[in-house]
Amino acid sequence: MSENQETSSALSPAEQIAAISGPFRGSKQTTLSGLIDDGVFGKNPVFVLALSLCPAVAVTNSVQTSLAMGLSVWFVLSFSNLFTSIFRNYINPKVRMPAYILIIATLVTMCELFMSAFFPVLYQALGVYLKLIVVFAIILARAEVFASKNKPIPAFFDGFGMGLGFLIAMLVIGVPREVVGSGSFWGRPIFGEGYQPILMIILAPGGFITIGLFIGLFRSIGAARERARAAARLEGAGDAMEVKRV
Amino acid sequence: MFEYLLLFLSAVLINNFVLTRFLGLCIFFGVSSSFEASLGMGVAVTAVMVVASFFGWLVYFFVLTPLNLTFFTTICFVLIVASTVQMVDIVTRRFAPKLYAMWGIYLMLIATNCVVLSVPLINVENDFNLVRSLVHSVGAGIGFWLAILIMASIREKLAHSEVPESFKGLGIAFVTAGLLSLAFLGFSGMIAL
Repeated sequence: MSENQETSSALSPAEQIAAISGPFRGSKQTTLSGLIDDGVFGKNPVFVLALSLCPAVAVTNSVQTSLAMGLSVWFVLSFSNLFTSIFRNYINPKVRMPAYILIIATLVTMCELFMSAFFPVLYQALGVYLKLIVVFAIILARAEVFASKNKPIPAFFDGFGMGLGFLIAMLVIGVPREVVGSGSFWGRPIFGEGYQPILMIILAPGGFITIGLFIGLFRSIGAARERARAAARLEGAGDAMEVKRV
Repeated sequence: MFEYLLLFLSAVLINNFVLTRFLGLCIFFGVSSSFEASLGMGVAVTAVMVVASFFGWLVYFFVLTPLNLTFFTTICFVLIVASTVQMVDIVTRRFAPKLYAMWGIYLMLIATNCVVLSVPLINVENDFNLVRSLVHSVGAGIGFWLAILIMASIREKLAHSEVPESFKGLGIAFVTAGLLSLAFLGFSGMIAL
């Protein structure tokens, strides 16, 4: 009993995450394409929200592992949202966190068993990071913020969009790292004999630096867009004023 | 004895959980903007890690392995970590209220966190015995602490320097972490393990 009280009084991880990332609230767009669009472009999990960072860096040193990780997260995120939403009226709010974690852990275990059966080499390469999908902040946060308050189908597509965004982000980081760091794509060399791979990029430091540079790049693109939009609005307002004067 | 020392050093410096294994980055970047908070987080993470590895080890080798249920490892360990956090919370509140007043708030934040979950998982994956698991988890905790304190000190200086607009905050923090990680790469030649 006392445990329950403590869990509900303390700030739960998902709430804390929701508090950190200000705009990270339930989506207002209810159309399915809107939800997917939101996930892929509007609130892209890795770059805009900067959540779930651990896996994004660790397994992006080759295209194959990035893809495998991205697909696994896509699967888990979509279905955890779906099941959370289906069970949302039966879960006691006091124990909702453990309940969500159980749903997610079950899906991750399914993913793990599937990978070890059909792609043993990839399973070895992903190692402990595949199991750690359980604690990805983004999955728990989507369950808490969106799936627990919406119907199953919109919830599924919210997870679907977010997961797709995550997959794209993984590839955006993974492709340049493999190309520059080992001079190959999908394991095949692409630069010919003379190319000296920059080993650092596929080692740990390269991951941090690549992501740092991408964050800077995406933010400056975002800022430039924002400025262009503001300028357009200003011009529009100016036109309206002139019309009034006339 | 020497073997344990090597394991400890390798967990702290060579396979540093933050800078070479990329675990616990959410906390690492979230908390390291304040030195005080980093100190508290380091203590909380180390404590929970050691207790969770102990129980994780017991459950894995005395319950899951004999029953051939090792595919439940992930689910079990998530629950173990979450309940360990709860337990450490209750025990420190009862027996060390001063400690709790200082660092208690950080405990709740690590209930579901990758660095705490990964240590018990790595321990059982490598078939460590109980003592080795404990040494490894203490090393992992201290390594985490070291990394987060270094980062917090750098970020305090960074606050007063001129950073390009689009790199402010997380962007420059990542590049800094990359350089730190490059420095830690230098340790890898120190001990061959």
